[in-house]
Amino acid sequence: MDFLRPASWEEALAAKAEHPTAVPIAGGTDVMVEINFDHRRPEYLLDLTRVGDLYEWEVGEDSVRLGASVPYTRIMENLRAELPGLALASHTVASPQIRNRGGVGGNLGTASPAGDAHPALLAAGAEVEAESVRGSRRIPIDAFYTGVKRNALAADELIRAVHINKADGPQQFSKVGTRNAMVIAVCAFGLALHPGTRTVRTGIGSAAPTPVRATVAEEFLGAALDEGGFWDSGRIIPPSVARQFAELCSAACNPIDDVRGTAGYRRHAVGVMARRTLMWTWESYRGTDRATEGAA
Amino acid sequence: MRTNGTPTQLTQGSRTRGGIGESTLRPDGTLKVTGEFAYSSDMWHEDMLWGQILRSPVAHAEIVSIDTSEALATPGVYAVLTYDDLPTEVKHYGLEIQDTPVLAHGKVRHHGEPVAVVAADHPETARRAAAKIRVEYRELPVITDEASATAPDAVLVHENRTDHHASHVSHPNIVHRQPIIRGDVEEARRRADVIVEGEYVFGMQDQAFLGPESGLAVPAEDGGVDLYVATQWLHADLRQIAPVLGLPEEKVRMTLSGVGGAFGGREDLSMQIHACLLALRTGKPVKIVYNRFESFFGHVHRHPAKLYYEHGATKDGKLTHLKARIVLDGGAYASSSPAVVGNAASLGAGPYVVDDVDIEAVALYTNNPPCGAMRGFGAVQACFAYEAQMDKLAAKLDMDPVEFRRLNAMSQGAVMPTGQVVDSPAPVAELLRRVKAMPLPPEQQWLTAGEDADVRQLPGGLSNTTHGEGVVRGIGYAVGIKNVGFSEGFDDYSTAKVRMEVVGGEPVATVHTAMAEVGQGGVTVHAQIARTELGVAQVTIRPADTQVGSAGSTSASRQTYVTGGAVKNACELVRERVLELGRRRFGTYHPAWATAELLLEGGKVVTDGGEVLADLVDVLGDEAVEVEEEWRHRPTEPFDLRTGQGFGHVQYSFAAHRAVVEVDTELGLVKVIELACAQDVGKALNPLSVVGQIQGGTTQGLGVAVMEEIVVDPRTAKVRNPSFTDYLIPTILDTPTIPVDVLELADDHAPYGLRGAGEAPTLSSTPAVLAAIRDATGLELNRTPVRPEHLTGT
Amino acid sequence: MRVNFTVNGRPQEADDVWEGESLLYVLRERLGLPGSKNACEQGECGSCTVRLDGVPVCSCLVAAGQVEGREVVTVEGLAEYAQQRSRGTGACGTSLDEARWWSAQGTDSGTGEGTELAPVQQAFIDAGAVQCGFCTPGLLVAADEMLERNPNPTDADIREALSGNLCRCTGYEKIMDAVRLAAARQGEAV
Repeated sequence: MDFLRPASWEEALAAKAEHPTAVPIAGGTDVMVEINFDHRRPEYLLDLTRVGDLYEWEVGEDSVRLGASVPYTRIMENLRAELPGLALASHTVASPQIRNRGGVGGNLGTASPAGDAHPALLAAGAEVEAESVRGSRRIPIDAFYTGVKRNALAADELIRAVHINKADGPQQFSKVGTRNAMVIAVCAFGLALHPGTRTVRTGIGSAAPTPVRATVAEEFLGAALDEGGFWDSGRIIPPSVARQFAELCSAACNPIDDVRGTAGYRRHAVGVMARRTLMWTWESYRGTDRATEGAA
Repeated sequence: MRTNGTPTQLTQGSRTRGGIGESTLRPDGTLKVTGEFAYSSDMWHEDMLWGQILRSPVAHAEIVSIDTSEALATPGVYAVLTYDDLPTEVKHYGLEIQDTPVLAHGKVRHHGEPVAVVAADHPETARRAAAKIRVEYRELPVITDEASATAPDAVLVHENRTDHHASHVSHPNIVHRQPIIRGDVEEARRRADVIVEGEYVFGMQDQAFLGPESGLAVPAEDGGVDLYVATQWLHADLRQIAPVLGLPEEKVRMTLSGVGGAFGGREDLSMQIHACLLALRTGKPVKIVYNRFESFFGHVHRHPAKLYYEHGATKDGKLTHLKARIVLDGGAYASSSPAVVGNAASLGAGPYVVDDVDIEAVALYTNNPPCGAMRGFGAVQACFAYEAQMDKLAAKLDMDPVEFRRLNAMSQGAVMPTGQVVDSPAPVAELLRRVKAMPLPPEQQWLTAGEDADVRQLPGGLSNTTHGEGVVRGIGYAVGIKNVGFSEGFDDYSTAKVRMEVVGGEPVATVHTAMAEVGQGGVTVHAQIARTELGVAQVTIRPADTQVGSAGSTSASRQTYVTGGAVKNACELVRERVLELGRRRFGTYHPAWATAELLLEGGKVVTDGGEVLADLVDVLGDEAVEVEEEWRHRPTEPFDLRTGQGFGHVQYSFAAHRAVVEVDTELGLVKVIELACAQDVGKALNPLSVVGQIQGGTTQGLGVAVMEEIVVDPRTAKVRNPSFTDYLIPTILDTPTIPVDVLELADDHAPYGLRGAGEAPTLSSTPAVLAAIRDATGLELNRTPVRPEHLTGT
Repeated sequence: MRVNFTVNGRPQEADDVWEGESLLYVLRERLGLPGSKNACEQGECGSCTVRLDGVPVCSCLVAAGQVEGREVVTVEGLAEYAQQRSRGTGACGTSLDEARWWSAQGTDSGTGEGTELAPVQQAFIDAGAVQCGFCTPGLLVAADEMLERNPNPTDADIREALSGNLCRCTGYEKIMDAVRLAAARQGEAV
């Protein structure tokens, strides 16, 4: 095993080009587990912790450019207003120690369906800034997840940043685990209202081979809200609409039975979370909120 | 050669005072908070090698061939050993039945069974070499439950059994069977106005101690070996290790390293023999440290169980009869299975008066992971079932569940289903009364001042699944009975060596036992006993090792009773000899030396009237008084193999719990809000430590109620979740406040009247949580742990 | 490979480090600092918690090569770290005065009685928060850092901050007591 320590982004790209099998490591919260438990013996470890840019973020007019290695703790503390869904999701990641170290780049690189950031990124709308010595490109989040623990990155590419649309409305995130802290998602759900475009976006974690959006549910809800004039009136969403939205979110799942939960439960729980997060975000949108964002 | 991490003696001097009954602080506390306390995985020796175990990837297979040549040829590798390399004819070990091969021979019987061991100069070298060992397996069908174990054509997990249980079981895949029959169940059933039946399932729990199996074996010049290890019983290890090595016991010198928790999981051997074999083969010190993945394969687990219960009661709420069948899955090797069967059977009726009883408990041999000791063994599984039954009966009779229990609660003088009379306090009704009387935690504590929900206090916690929606509160009660000490005629004794002398102008007592301090606080209590009995401030606790006689196991809630008793006894003998010395030296100066009751207090010899006769410093002078003596509790007897009658247990221990839970009924997530406990401990030698034991035991019971389970694939008998990612134990956010009410009703048979305390709280905690969840949801819930699927019907 | 970094204010060099080694392994097996514990090596227990450039992290998940040039504080250095914080020097390392002060203190070789402890360490002993003690070092580092950030934590704050540290012995009640006690004593001292 070789340990590559690039001092800059350019050096990191050069190293990755030279050694496409090199495994990038930043927070180490995935890679080191695999090494400690002898599940993986990469030929090269590519340490990105010396690349300062990856730990920075910029808040732009419409979006946030979030460095790939900005720790979850920083996101929770500093980006709650701009990225409320991701901030809530960040708060559910593992433990304080892990949140101090891990970042969104790692979640995207591993592309596990259970990664906590994915539903929030899908719901908010995001683009992954990938780069190699060949150049830089932006991959829409919807096109990023290509299979179980597979993503759209080329072998020589590294994730530099994620561009996430700033919240233009309430966002929520919910995750089911069988423990009240430090738990991997049995399933998770992200929801973002986009009053600007009068659309709703969702993200589902751990209930399909990849993180997915419930697009049919989004379209149904978008149409129902639009046709009913809800965006303008701010009326309470009828239970029948919420129920159907929840059912369509469940239907968007393609889960499996595993040691963490059954497929049936996952479908059920996604529906419950869809309904609840819709209620919380909608109450918040109506401005009569009493308990929307949790105590995150 | 340099060695780091060898245990040093602990001296508590003038800063700490306090005899029995006081909450003195741990003598090892400072070392533990500064990181200096040497645990077994902290051992380091110059020039040491690392041992690595190769384990079976399948549960049941014939070993066709093993090729170690490539592993041996790896640079940095010093030894690779298989069964064929074992040095003597003794190639098996076991706590009761020697059925466990040191390294697999011809066959593997469970997933993760050790097949070969490697020693190399770096752990990675050892891992890579182990991966190069080529083992060819021919898989066999797996035995996974009672049906597959006792089928007429079932493959035998162990052929040609010759152990002492083999002759009385109906099938070679049954380790042991114990019936308990008293009265006439058929007749009593006719008197019952209501009958309830239930079939209960208890999942496989892991001890999940945090300090992984580890230790260091150092070869000695005399051909022997020094072994530093974390265990629960040094001498039981020694008895199993020495014959395999072909060494006399005195050449295997064992010292207890720091133990990072045990809970039963260190009763069986893990890396001990492997490290010694590699050290003796290579002539170098060998360290072995399991990682967490390996730890799940490196020790036995709590027996999963299926329990079939039928209870009857009259319409005024008196139990008429109990018929029960308890099937425990012992896995591939016997470990403590026979004792677990004895406990489950003899305690299967719970702390209730019921005259007509027919209980049968069996343990199976299967290809599942071996199961053995874990806190409360046998009694834990039974308590889950009989307490569910009590709630069902109360519901059927439309009675309050606590009142129903109190109506049937045993008290001193009651007769157990084994015929044994309970001859010390059994305050079952009083414990229930006390937990019920505790104030209830306020409703909806998660509402903050601004009426926002603090999700940290709601089911789901930080995961933000509810802001109060779907949340329903429930309350449940349970009580349990556990035996203390080793039962069924076992010669249960301990040994203490106590020395008294003047050091630096001050009388000092030194206590030396082989007791395994696993965190429970035995070392604290030994110092307290010495202070109380010998009137000194300074007490030195010597490291536990095999240079002193056996202390028995740190298990069965027995160490304060038995080794505490041995220390007390040795102190009393030392005191007599000190007083003799005083009489010889000063007896002529004061008549009280001959006539009065004399005590040692505050470093002086005093009369019971408080008159000071002499300073201990003067009495002792240059002499050291030392006593090493065995001490045993009153004998027990085996249960009759047909009827289960017999004076099987030396003492009983009781605890009751009230659980308050909030359940998100839509998502099936549970938050335990409070787990109140009342327990009788006879005498709290150290109240702070006793409460700590009760809270810790309670939390392990909570874990197996709502999250903890080793999941074994029924098709392959392979473990699916051997990690802390998927075997979940409660975090601080899952654990509620645990108010504790400690009763002290003395047992006159026990030293200071104390009652073993460590296990009872692990029994009733689980059924209390389950009862509370049932109360919140109205669901029957016959299985633990409860999973969200069970609460949502998905 | 070779790794140079600072541990508890003192420069350290580890040689012949295998590239897959964790910071935890280097501390325990190469630098003679086994206080950080090896309970799970998968970031699920917190027993190996150290401060890396001030931030609490699981040292089992930090690759050894990643600490090159960085500062690490372990449980072994916690008392000194807390002492310097209370004096407001902020810097790590032992001054000459402090070195003299250290040697002037009599400590008991057996139990460490008389050792100067961080307030949170003393509180863990006093409250009975230590049983087997294997989780203790990680909890102490995490609790000390929380009290640095949040001197008046609510119970929910304490539970959240310590939710990455598993304990199997105590049921956490006495750990809660210990942290409350440390916070109260810290409040009195100000």
